[in-house]
Amino acid sequence: MAAAVQKFGPGGPIQCHAWSADRQAIALSHNDKDVMVYQQTGQKGWKETSRLDQHDLRVTGIDWAPVSGRIVTCSQDRNAYVWVKEQNGTWRHTLVLLRINRAATCVKWSPEENKFAVGSGARIISICYFEEENDWWVAKHIKRPLRSTITTVDWHPNNVLLAAGSTDFKVRVFSAYIKDIEQKPAATEWGAKMPFANLMAEFSNSLTGGGWIHSVSFSADGRRIAWVGHDSSIVVADAGMAMMKLKTNFLPLLTVTWISPSSILAAGHDCVPIVFRVDPSGKISDGSKLEEDKKVETPITANAMRMFRNKDRVGQELLDSKLATTHQNQITEIRILRGSKSQAEAVSTTAGDGKLCIWHLRDLATTFEDLKL
Amino acid sequence: MAKNTSSNVFRTLDVDQYNEDNYKEDNDSTDPAALGPNDTLITSLLAANKPVEALTHLLSGATLGIKDQAARTASLTLAMRVLMAIKASQIDDAVAQLDNENRDVLMKFIYRGFEVPNEGSSAHLLVWHEKVFTVSGVGSIVRVLTDKKRV
Repeated sequence: MAAAVQKFGPGGPIQCHAWSADRQAIALSHNDKDVMVYQQTGQKGWKETSRLDQHDLRVTGIDWAPVSGRIVTCSQDRNAYVWVKEQNGTWRHTLVLLRINRAATCVKWSPEENKFAVGSGARIISICYFEEENDWWVAKHIKRPLRSTITTVDWHPNNVLLAAGSTDFKVRVFSAYIKDIEQKPAATEWGAKMPFANLMAEFSNSLTGGGWIHSVSFSADGRRIAWVGHDSSIVVADAGMAMMKLKTNFLPLLTVTWISPSSILAAGHDCVPIVFRVDPSGKISDGSKLEEDKKVETPITANAMRMFRNKDRVGQELLDSKLATTHQNQITEIRILRGSKSQAEAVSTTAGDGKLCIWHLRDLATTFEDLKL
Repeated sequence: MAKNTSSNVFRTLDVDQYNEDNYKEDNDSTDPAALGPNDTLITSLLAANKPVEALTHLLSGATLGIKDQAARTASLTLAMRVLMAIKASQIDDAVAQLDNENRDVLMKFIYRGFEVPNEGSSAHLLVWHEKVFTVSGVGSIVRVLTDKKRV
């Protein structure tokens, strides 16, 4: 059971969301060009405090940096904006020239928040950092060997490596080292030499094709990455190029995140988050859903007139289009609400039904015995 | 103006190939010599009334992504023969013996079989479909749709 279900205003499907550092405010987009910032008031209420409406087309990604408090948004209008909160509570925006000629699809702040990565349909990843002398954000491009739209990006904890999933069925790990703003990184399991845009590793989702990569996530220590693809599979790979793929029986998953060194939480078209355990050798065990199918109430003594009316109008006696899960539409994003990738205690999910649900993993672990976290 | 509006030869020109952004697929060459399952072995197994073993050989040997249409049709005909040979009561055991990879390939054959229906084949294939679906779930059907390399 989700602990809290929240609908924000009359808005439509929620495409993406991001929490502030204190988790009292949330920035989300209702599948349109505005980003709404809601502040928590009291126990259950949410009040709309700001509407960030600089974009011209649909907003595809939002990320809120926990330390600096800056929000970065990217949109199909090929732009990204960095928003800074002023003293009087309004948000001041700065345009970032990504220099792409197609829509931006996803954006993520780096762990140290001095740069962010934007994936786009222009087959380019833009790594943007702030240049002090000119007081603006500069974008550097990763172009080769990308050949198709980037759908998802995720940073390694060392602030340099970046994993990117794409619609050419491959996941790649690049180096996003900007020598102007940071020190040379130490060698990691992914390689020692990390010049900018160096391809550290490339993984193919499947030998038979495999489907688009929907989401990719580095583990907390950065040794492994997990991704989900449209062929209903979830894969865990590590720096030594070992890849363990689990073809699930569920509908395709759309978003994934590590919640502990040995478990992954993923959600997608089945409208319910699913936990997968990963053992030390990398083998993924079958997932268990975070909630049981709710019994949808079918009235035993159905009103006779309603039954015949439905049979005439729709062709079936009972209108049972309500799903047996909390979310009524595919889940688009999972964010860790409390905790971190090494120990997540609560996560939030947003879905195409416009709801935001919060799942308390600790409590759920006690309810389901086989849900060991 | 009147002369060339009647001609629609230009419609046969593929302009996408001239677009520099065009995504070119990896051309993995499937070695034509290493073709599908061993026909003679499978036929002999069918004749010897061992259709379940024939199925295992068929699925492990099936190569995906063959470009040659004749080879694909031949492999489909063979697959249909094996699937029809297995009686409805034996299907459960047959499916239980397969591993996940082979079940996915089986599901691909079932859907291809639906595309070219023969007499009574679809009804039998529906039984197959139901049995494989109970074990593999929606995921196997999604993989039939998303995998680029068709059987």
